[in-house]
Amino acid sequence: MNGRAHLDAGAPHAATVTARTQESPGIFTLQLRLDDATAQAAYRFAPGQFNMLYLYGVGEVPISIMSDPEERDLIGHTIRAQGRVTQGLAKLQPGDKVGLRGPFGRGWPLQEVSGCDVVLVTGGLGCAPVVSVIHYVLRRRERFGKLVIVQGVKHAEDLIWREQYDRWAKLPDTQVLVAASEGAAFWPWHVGRVTELFGLARFNPECAVAMMCGPEGMMRAAADSLLGRGLPESRLYLSMERNMQCAVGRCGHCQLGGAFVCRDGPVFNWGEVKALLAHKGF
Amino acid sequence: MLTQPDPAGFLPHARLRSLIAALRDRGYRCLGPAAENGAIVMRELDAEEDLPRGLQAEQGPGHYRLTQDPYHRYFAWANGPQAIKPLAFAPQESVWQVRRDAAGALQFEATPPAVQALAIIGVRACDLAALALQDAHFLRAGRVDAHYAARRERLFLVAVQCAEPAATCFCASTGDGPTPAAGYDLALAELSDGFVAAAGSDAGRAVLAALDLAPATTQQIEAVRQQGVAAAAAQTRRLPGRNLRDALMGRLEHPRWDAVAARCLACGNCTAVCPTCFCHAEMDVPALDGESSRHQRMWDSCFGESHGHLHGFNVRPDIRSRYRQWLTHKLATWHDQFGRSGCTGCGRCIAWCPVGIDLTEEAAAITEGAQP
Repeated sequence: MNGRAHLDAGAPHAATVTARTQESPGIFTLQLRLDDATAQAAYRFAPGQFNMLYLYGVGEVPISIMSDPEERDLIGHTIRAQGRVTQGLAKLQPGDKVGLRGPFGRGWPLQEVSGCDVVLVTGGLGCAPVVSVIHYVLRRRERFGKLVIVQGVKHAEDLIWREQYDRWAKLPDTQVLVAASEGAAFWPWHVGRVTELFGLARFNPECAVAMMCGPEGMMRAAADSLLGRGLPESRLYLSMERNMQCAVGRCGHCQLGGAFVCRDGPVFNWGEVKALLAHKGF
Repeated sequence: MLTQPDPAGFLPHARLRSLIAALRDRGYRCLGPAAENGAIVMRELDAEEDLPRGLQAEQGPGHYRLTQDPYHRYFAWANGPQAIKPLAFAPQESVWQVRRDAAGALQFEATPPAVQALAIIGVRACDLAALALQDAHFLRAGRVDAHYAARRERLFLVAVQCAEPAATCFCASTGDGPTPAAGYDLALAELSDGFVAAAGSDAGRAVLAALDLAPATTQQIEAVRQQGVAAAAAQTRRLPGRNLRDALMGRLEHPRWDAVAARCLACGNCTAVCPTCFCHAEMDVPALDGESSRHQRMWDSCFGESHGHLHGFNVRPDIRSRYRQWLTHKLATWHDQFGRSGCTGCGRCIAWCPVGIDLTEEAAAITEGAQP
């Protein structure tokens, strides 16, 4: 990766907001382009990796990359306005400047899953790191078996990219299962816990890979269900979230046992983290 | 230091100042022990200044008092609250800065540290072992940390064998002391009338050659060996094993975690004095004129509330989970990261804990019954 050596170490690189989309009341998407055209042309990432976004004078936050890895002229991030940095990022408009370092970490094991069914389980904004996987699979549809998209949200209005879910649901060999704990008028999907939908997922446990992202409680329940249906542990992956400040395995905040989530993850095999996920506080 | 191939010389007490002069001649600022605010600290030495003699530090859980050494030696003290760590891994520094022009364009630039060659006289074996672990983290675990590398490369380390360990010391049980084995430029072992001196690097050999010392006698070298054996035997504390990984990770819900959490104040002193703790927080410090901002890093502690902060919740909201994070990282998951424990037996976390929590006692209580 040509762009990588100078983009991820040291100071950030200036980037410009090229588009901003309000996805839901608290969630927005920024499309960014590096100001250095050569760096932008050389920038590559794998679905599941993240960037550090810097807001001038405030600080940095780790944000997963949701754009399509094949789209070379922009880098997309979907963000919930939650803390000091993300609330500030929410106010940016096209033309505004940010800093960007990345990409960091280990992405989804997309090379390993060729020929098999792909099961994606996401909760809340956990769908953002997985959307790039959906794009990746849809662009190379012939390489994969069934695509199962399972998404849970607390409230019906938390579901972003609703039109995309409708569109995906109509594609061949693609199953979309969405649940909201609290529904709303004209909510076409399930009302209840997302874990109640796992029984409906159609995949071949002997040739499938599952990727999960979202609240840890949801992922533990999903893991129980998927493993219970015969999915081997070695084919179950998840993306972890921890406090990340340096993104290169140095500042220590993201440690999960001996792993630095920013460097060794954020994507892990279930077997690597299941023992610690059973205990609160790691 | 006795296993080095280099022949040892003998530096009489009266010539200690010539060692400092030789280092200054080579452009090193020299830091050496001094008593400040009731503790041994590393302070810059003046050209004509002699090192203090007869200082000793009595240490126990939550206890550190300077006392007098009856033998009037230079290095009768075991250690102070800090030694090398702040000189290689700065407690606070700028890592980069950014300027914003009137049009809003951002210009980022690295802020490499200004460093000067620095000799530290009186480095202990536990701190050399700890420095090797900091090197592993900042220099060899992936990307080289340019700031650490710049500060580290300018160091000249004069190690001194510990002859009189404090009651909090347990370097013999971690295998890191009391006699320095590696990682120094010069090693000294103090006898009643002077020092047996040996080089551990080319830079150290050059300094030793300039001093033109008489060779150490067989008796002096034997006295140093015996002194090391006696200092190891005098240590009363020990860890229950060198690898407690499985024993600790198999007892994550042990009731002792609750008991120690009830005593722990989560003040972070243990992490501040620990020579291997590497956590640091990053933050922006914008200039008052709004035209620039410095991105800084600063030592952080896993006992602080912000360490486990994640949008909207805290991974470690209580002291129990924070103490468990500290102890399991130090003694267990460090093995996964660096192939050994993160504890070098300096005992600082015991002495500087305001409530006297003893890491060796907690580790023993939690791993009791496990095979080391």
